[in-house]
Amino acid sequence: MPEVAIVGIGMHRFGRTDGVSGRAQAVHAAREALRDAGLKFSDMQFGFGGSHSAGGADTLVSELGLTGLPFINVANGCATGGSALIAADAAIRSGQHDVGIVIGFDKHPRGAFATDPAEHGIGSWYGETGLMVTTQFFGMKIQRYLHDHAIDPAVLALVAEKSFRNGARNPMAWRRKEMSAGEIAAAPMISHPLTQYMYCSPGEGAVALVLCRADRARSHTGRPVFLAAAEFRSRRYGSFEVFAPWIASERAPSPTVEASAAAFESAGIAPSEVDIAQIQDTEAGAELMHLAETGLCADGEQEALIKAGATEIGGRLPVNTDGGCIANGEPIGASGLRQVYENVLQLRGDAGEHQVPGRPRAGFTHVYGAPGISACTVLTR
Amino acid sequence: MNLVDDTLVLDTPDGPALRGSECRDCGAHTFPRQDGCPRCTGSAMREVALARRGTLWSWTVQGFRPKPPYTGSAAYEPYGVGYIALPGQLIVEARLAEADPAKLEIGTEVELMFVPFRDDAEGRPVYTVGFVAVDHA
Repeated sequence: MPEVAIVGIGMHRFGRTDGVSGRAQAVHAAREALRDAGLKFSDMQFGFGGSHSAGGADTLVSELGLTGLPFINVANGCATGGSALIAADAAIRSGQHDVGIVIGFDKHPRGAFATDPAEHGIGSWYGETGLMVTTQFFGMKIQRYLHDHAIDPAVLALVAEKSFRNGARNPMAWRRKEMSAGEIAAAPMISHPLTQYMYCSPGEGAVALVLCRADRARSHTGRPVFLAAAEFRSRRYGSFEVFAPWIASERAPSPTVEASAAAFESAGIAPSEVDIAQIQDTEAGAELMHLAETGLCADGEQEALIKAGATEIGGRLPVNTDGGCIANGEPIGASGLRQVYENVLQLRGDAGEHQVPGRPRAGFTHVYGAPGISACTVLTR
Repeated sequence: MNLVDDTLVLDTPDGPALRGSECRDCGAHTFPRQDGCPRCTGSAMREVALARRGTLWSWTVQGFRPKPPYTGSAAYEPYGVGYIALPGQLIVEARLAEADPAKLEIGTEVELMFVPFRDDAEGRPVYTVGFVAVDHA
């Protein structure tokens, strides 16, 4: 079975880019990724991609080139990028194709996402009465988690403080200004215990990756990064997910627990061997919980890790080294691919001011989306 | 009473209760009622009245007026939202009568009630399902 390598990466800066459509940002990212790989769009044998609000990825071919390639739209909420990558991984690993592109992009209006209950199979009362709000779910999930594991809520501000610190060092990030834990904690409360600056915002941006059979990677680049594993899971009975009018009394682990365990097993790498991790931080509590759900630490261990600086760029387990969703915002279609882009930069040693020291070898990514899906990757050089 | 969705509630001898379903094969409960069992994947669900009392499992306070499809009154007041563990059945999400973080605590015993969240075209209040602390009921 062929292994898979990432030989080209491209990105359109995240944030707000007035006057540039989401599609134009995607085309920019695709051209950057192709140039990085030394390939043309006519070399691509397949494409997978998606956006939530900026149009059909398959229509990008009118700008990139009408070559007849199979280009499939992917839509999996915030896990759209991770899902496109998994589809590309399978297309190469199966032997169906040798080289192709994945593209994720988006352009969202300001403010929290508005979602129609009917799209989730829920009655309209759920939205009408003010329960169809993602920020509430995040507040309630972290509230329960802090209670169960006796964690000091003050660490939430430290998580966001780190995100802004890392974002300030990353020229592609949206939020490039540091903010103190005190300012973050004192900001308006959105959904208790989470304040305004503990949440990420819907934004804009695009990422593209060129993937190929690993045995051909060195003909495209001197520094290939290998996609050692890519795994995806949806929720089981008893997991606690967003947009749920009810949950089961018996608790089951989140889809992240299974997706990450499968990714580590498939890569033959233990969580303790991870040198850098990009994990879903829709808000500061998500980073805290996902650290444990991914197996990177034990439940309850986060408070000590964070207070000791272990998750900082210079720490033992650098997390969200590009500033994560909190500093980059969340263009839904592009978000999961941004994590992979960042890990490729780090593994190549090209991350500049936010480069993790000590030549990292193994990177991990985790993207989580509504209503309970998780996609994880392990990358190596 | 003017309820946002009449299918959410059943009348019982003890008063109104949430209308849920229970799987005849494996005992799993859901709210609202549904025909497919999310636990054993069968389709032998029957309608049941859910417990009227439970304990607060988690909570938050909605700090801003949500975008549509929220239809709450224009004069926005923060509202409490929680998950309530109903013993032997499930954990249900609902509005809370309390919106003061200092007065909300995991483990508090709570009881079903109806909370007004907007007015209809004639100016009469429209209610939805919620829970209130038993010692405040």
